[in-house]
Amino acid sequence: MIEIKKLHKSYPIGKDSLHVLKGIDLHIKEGEFVSIMGSSGSGKSTLLNIVGLLDEHDEGEYYLNGKLIKNLNEKKAAILRNKFLGFVFQSFNLISYKTALENVALPLYYKGVPRKERLKIAMEYLDKVELKDWANHLPNELSGGQKQRVAIARALVTKPKVVLADEPTGALDSTTTDNVMDLLRDINDEGMTVFVITHEEEVAAQTKRIVRLKDGIIISDNLTSKSKAV
Amino acid sequence: MFDLDRWREIFQSISKNKLRSVMSGFTVAFAILLFTLLFGIVSGLSNSFKDAFADDAQNSMFVRVWKTSKPYKGLQTGRRIQLKNNDFDYVKDEYDSNIELLTARVNRNVNISYKNNQDNYSLRAVHPDHQFLEKTIIDEGRYINQRDLKEKAKVIVIGRLVKEDLFGEKPALWKRVNVNGISYQIIGIFSDDGGDNEERMTYMPITTAQMIYGNNDEINSISIGYNPDLSLDEAIAFGNKLERDLRKKLNIHPDDQSALRVQNMAEANKGVGTFMLALYFIVIFIGSGTLVAGIIGISNIMIFVIKERTKEFGIRKALGAQPSSIVGMVVQESVLITTIAGYLGLSLGTYILSQIGDSLEDYFITNPSVSPGIVIGATVVLILSGLIAGYVPAKRAAKIKPIVALRAD
Repeated sequence: MIEIKKLHKSYPIGKDSLHVLKGIDLHIKEGEFVSIMGSSGSGKSTLLNIVGLLDEHDEGEYYLNGKLIKNLNEKKAAILRNKFLGFVFQSFNLISYKTALENVALPLYYKGVPRKERLKIAMEYLDKVELKDWANHLPNELSGGQKQRVAIARALVTKPKVVLADEPTGALDSTTTDNVMDLLRDINDEGMTVFVITHEEEVAAQTKRIVRLKDGIIISDNLTSKSKAV
Repeated sequence: MFDLDRWREIFQSISKNKLRSVMSGFTVAFAILLFTLLFGIVSGLSNSFKDAFADDAQNSMFVRVWKTSKPYKGLQTGRRIQLKNNDFDYVKDEYDSNIELLTARVNRNVNISYKNNQDNYSLRAVHPDHQFLEKTIIDEGRYINQRDLKEKAKVIVIGRLVKEDLFGEKPALWKRVNVNGISYQIIGIFSDDGGDNEERMTYMPITTAQMIYGNNDEINSISIGYNPDLSLDEAIAFGNKLERDLRKKLNIHPDDQSALRVQNMAEANKGVGTFMLALYFIVIFIGSGTLVAGIIGISNIMIFVIKERTKEFGIRKALGAQPSSIVGMVVQESVLITTIAGYLGLSLGTYILSQIGDSLEDYFITNPSVSPGIVIGATVVLILSGLIAGYVPAKRAAKIKPIVALRAD
């Protein structure tokens, strides 16, 4: 599903440049539940942004769903994101003046799904995250956990190949963290590839494969006990 | 462009962000309001100008004489010039093709009495064409005609105010009045847009006056309505030639302005035309300045708005929005706001102008209004400006990488 070979990325800082990713090789197959661990500055967010087509890499090769990603313009990237990827962010990134239902339905709008149908689908996904009763509430009327569940419903609504979650529990307490991780696991059980970035060991432990990053290099890549249980 | 979903997104964005929508709308509405008022008031000024010259026909010329100020051919300074019937006939014969209307004038002050009422009035003894040159409006009866001239008939036409003075509400037509002791029949009553003085005037056949007041062939002035087919420049040339020829005929120095002068409305018209043109240029300059200020205003607000929405655009892009859809959304929203706000400003402006109406006539502003052409032009400018004001910053915002946009607060 995701294949990365010798990936490099650096950011210019003044006259110098900061080398963030120094040759990453990573292969994630369909249906995997992977977490990327690392302290801040290890390059894990940069990796997710590149995988999520939110940023471009400098060197190396990146295949998404077997397709080489190279010299994408904004339009093509937008289409690929809409088709293959679902995002869950640490800060939820819901649109504040839209209701939970409208937020969930938004990716379908960009997919060209008619209004009636997309509201129906969005409602199904809200039901799936147990927020059907909150459909017509604005984000600021929801708790953090509820917001993240809305964001997850939004990430799922287009039936993407991969869900990318950037510190999805970073802004949540431990109970809601468990809820969100349970939800992500359920999604994975349905066969979707889930790619989580975190710095919390407990969160990583709930995934099936942990990739540890340090200073732009993968230092370990292990399957967890969860994966053996399946 | 006509995408119901897109419109729904835009209406939601506008209605959920009222403050910024009202702010940007207000700038445009205010600019258009000023623009409308400015143009309206100038059109009011221009109307006043037209009215000010409405008293006499636009194509009129007046030949007037006084005393010479320069010696010529042995004749001394200070000689009084007198026009006579043969001068009138000379003009008539020499310039027939250039002349549409022609009348001579003899001016007198007379005492008119009817029963116990009497007063002094100005009298003009004229030819029939005078009616059209002076734009005299006949309310009752008729004006002086050729037959009156031929018969030297003792008839007069009196102004509306003369009739009011002497007859009050009672009918005056065909009644006989006493003019300096001689009985005349009233054959017509007139009104005139030139004001009260014109309506306190009386007219009689010029031949009658010449016979009764001195039994001579003297006339005081000649009024001409030049052929309306002449261009302004041709009319001015005609006036100049007439002036030269008459000075020559009456033995006046060719440059003696105070002995004989042809006052030509063509020259005044040309002057007024130039003045109005200059005024319009100034107004167009200031008016477009106002519009430009409005456009800059909304552009600034749009830049701010788009900065504020950068994160939203980042989210939308992460969810699959293409840059063109972001630009389209912003531009459409901007055009919608400018159009509605501009329309409101325009309506308010037109309403204010219609309320002003004739109440500012004392300040030389008559019936201010804006023409449909200007309204349409301003609307087009508005829509275009909304387009540009939205497009430029939106294009830039759409170019920002989603990762950068998402980081924005």
